[in-house]
Amino acid sequence: MTINAVKREIPDYIEGYGKVRHYQGAFARTPEGRVAGAGLRCVNSDKTDKRVSSIKEAIKASGLKSGMTVSFHHHLRNGDYVVNMVLDACAELGIKGLTLFPTALFGVHKKVLEHIKSGVVTKIMGSVNGPIGQYISEGGMEVPVVLRSHGGRPRAVMAGDVHIDVAFIGAPTADKYGNICGTLGKSACGSLGYAFTDADYADKVVVITDNLVQYPAAPVSIPQTKADIVVEVESIGDPAGIVSGTTKVTRDPLRLLISNYASKLIEASPYFTDGLSFQTGAGGIPLAVTAFMKEAMIKKGIKGSFGLGGITGYFVELLKEGLVDKLMDVQSFDLDAVRSIGENPNHIEISADWYANPWNAGAAVNMLDVVILGATEVDTDFNANVNTEADGALLHGTGGHQDTAAGAKLTIIAQPLLRGRIPCVTDKVYSVTTPGEVIDAIVTEYGVTINPRRKDLLDAVSGVKGLPLVSMEELAARAVKMSGPTDPVATTDRIIGVVEWRDGTVIDVVRQLKK
Amino acid sequence: MRRTMLYLPGNNPNMLTRGHLFGSDGLILDLEDAVAMVEKDTARILVSKYLHQGEFGKCEVTVRINGIDTEYWKDDLAAVVPAKRLDGIRAPKVDDAGTVKILDEEISRLEDKNGIPQGKLKLFCLLETAKGIWNAYDIATASPRVAAIIPGGEDLRADLKTERSDDSTELEWARRMLVFAARAAGVDPLDTVFSRVTDDAGLRKETKFIKQLGFAGKSIIHPNQIGIIHDVFNPTEQEIAKAQKIIAAAKEAAARGQGAVSVDGKMVDVPVVKRAEYILVRAGLSEVK
Repeated sequence: MTINAVKREIPDYIEGYGKVRHYQGAFARTPEGRVAGAGLRCVNSDKTDKRVSSIKEAIKASGLKSGMTVSFHHHLRNGDYVVNMVLDACAELGIKGLTLFPTALFGVHKKVLEHIKSGVVTKIMGSVNGPIGQYISEGGMEVPVVLRSHGGRPRAVMAGDVHIDVAFIGAPTADKYGNICGTLGKSACGSLGYAFTDADYADKVVVITDNLVQYPAAPVSIPQTKADIVVEVESIGDPAGIVSGTTKVTRDPLRLLISNYASKLIEASPYFTDGLSFQTGAGGIPLAVTAFMKEAMIKKGIKGSFGLGGITGYFVELLKEGLVDKLMDVQSFDLDAVRSIGENPNHIEISADWYANPWNAGAAVNMLDVVILGATEVDTDFNANVNTEADGALLHGTGGHQDTAAGAKLTIIAQPLLRGRIPCVTDKVYSVTTPGEVIDAIVTEYGVTINPRRKDLLDAVSGVKGLPLVSMEELAARAVKMSGPTDPVATTDRIIGVVEWRDGTVIDVVRQLKK
Repeated sequence: MRRTMLYLPGNNPNMLTRGHLFGSDGLILDLEDAVAMVEKDTARILVSKYLHQGEFGKCEVTVRINGIDTEYWKDDLAAVVPAKRLDGIRAPKVDDAGTVKILDEEISRLEDKNGIPQGKLKLFCLLETAKGIWNAYDIATASPRVAAIIPGGEDLRADLKTERSDDSTELEWARRMLVFAARAAGVDPLDTVFSRVTDDAGLRKETKFIKQLGFAGKSIIHPNQIGIIHDVFNPTEQEIAKAQKIIAAAKEAAARGQGAVSVDGKMVDVPVVKRAEYILVRAGLSEVK
């Protein structure tokens, strides 16, 4: 056992995961060695059509065998049919013991549970939620789930920690030679940022499309040089689950209050000047912060440089109105964003590697001034938990939380102090996803709590009208007073989840719940 | 200041806990219309506990009790009057001075019983019938406890045998009457609620109108209405600057033993100075005199 830099006691070896590299600090580990890669291929002019007739044929042609690793992107979100279609076909072909390596899983993928129970899937590296998370938390899998951030995932692939045997890429539009476009077709999802690494590093790439067009498909997100096999299906997803309509800013007064405080904090910070860059995401509070910031930018005549990450219609509005110059889009959340990325050259598609990987020559998050994030819990050391709920069950993926927090100059976690009766600020989070070292401020309905190591920020916001400052001790005491004491989560010693920091070290582990 | 007084349902712990965070000038913990008959006792107990233990920030805290024509009002008063944090009682369906006197006597009795200084608790009277509006001045002067009178909305419309129109034409005379009565009596005229909670433009328009009539503020049913109303009631930067100039000139004139002076070519006399003082009070730059 070793106590790591966020005071977590972690074994030096974890069954089903291997030897542990312990977390030593947000920027402590530097890489060695060379980038790992896919095998070389050779395709000559005798092959001008990569199509096969079905997913099963594609699986056979890819050489996928029991025990291999398969990957998927999550751009089709809760409308995705691809993961279920491929795993069903694998089950029918008698393939077992697969490692599932998705960029994220959603509620629509609850069928994976059946494939876990039948042994088709025996390991997951990626987010688990809902019934799958609950099942795994109760000890349903033999080996622990490995949770990585959006930047940690491409890092793991490039460093050779994970080797993708076959990448299955859902393609809203493609041609017979495998050029992929995300912005056209009935299943258009905009950016395909999360699929790039898989296309670059998998031994075999299978393109699954429901909109096969004449060669060459354009505009191209992922080119034919990466694609080995193309298969046409009737549908890769349900458009209603892929993108939402225009998302609306919340009218919930509590969330608006928190958003207002977060926006005031940003305005008072040294970063609210021309050239401001920010990431706010798609939740209720972040969207409202974007709306408040827009007002403030207009009022003070500030022009931003870029918006980053998951892009919504609100960001598209900022681009159209000249309040930001560029959008760097790893994931397009709504129809406005999908349309914009297809039409506007200043709305740029970026890969997860470009977005957030700590081990390349510099990711976009490094250029970020401000990010607004959420968390299920934060503790008095400002450590944040986004992976587990208060009951100890694995419920959420890490997303870009670690990466943007590490990259941005001002990382804000904005959320109500309590969710229902569960306190969101506590003495010690159940599991650490992102260390307090890279979190600068917590914003709740009671005001702004600044990490004491950011004295500069504390000075900047002290005395700002309408922005109450609350110390972490006061906030934690208030949470306890309001919610009453909570019983600790009852677990066994068995580890069912490993939370990696973005550099591949283990920041925390999640243990099996007692039934 | 009573620009915004926010109703909080007395049976909703979530709102009772967080109501003060939204920055309204006052809170009205509601035991009347927001609470169903079957929950009257529960809400009374809850509100009493919150008054003793809860947080209310800088808000003026009042409780809307049930009307004196119900079986609940005495229990309501008995449960809330002992709480130190309580500033006043909002009484529904006050039709005449007699109603005020009945409430006044009961509150006085409870103040005595609980060792609270006589007259500490203010009365905010809701005038929800044509008769109540007609008797507005008598009501406002029936007890020194009366701090404000407020016209009814839906109840008043029903009593007037009319219905809601987009611009509330049907309430216009009642509002004007109420402002006159309140100002004549030296109490605050506070307006009724604006019930279309998602109609921000409509709320802004109505607030501008009632401010122009002379109202001191508005009752509200949703925290999102606070910012808009404060925005309308808060003096602009130009108004503040002008008011400061007037006050400074008046002080200087007083020091020199002069009466009226001129600021920017306009004569400044007592009413102008009073208005300037009121602007600074509303801007939070001066205390109420």
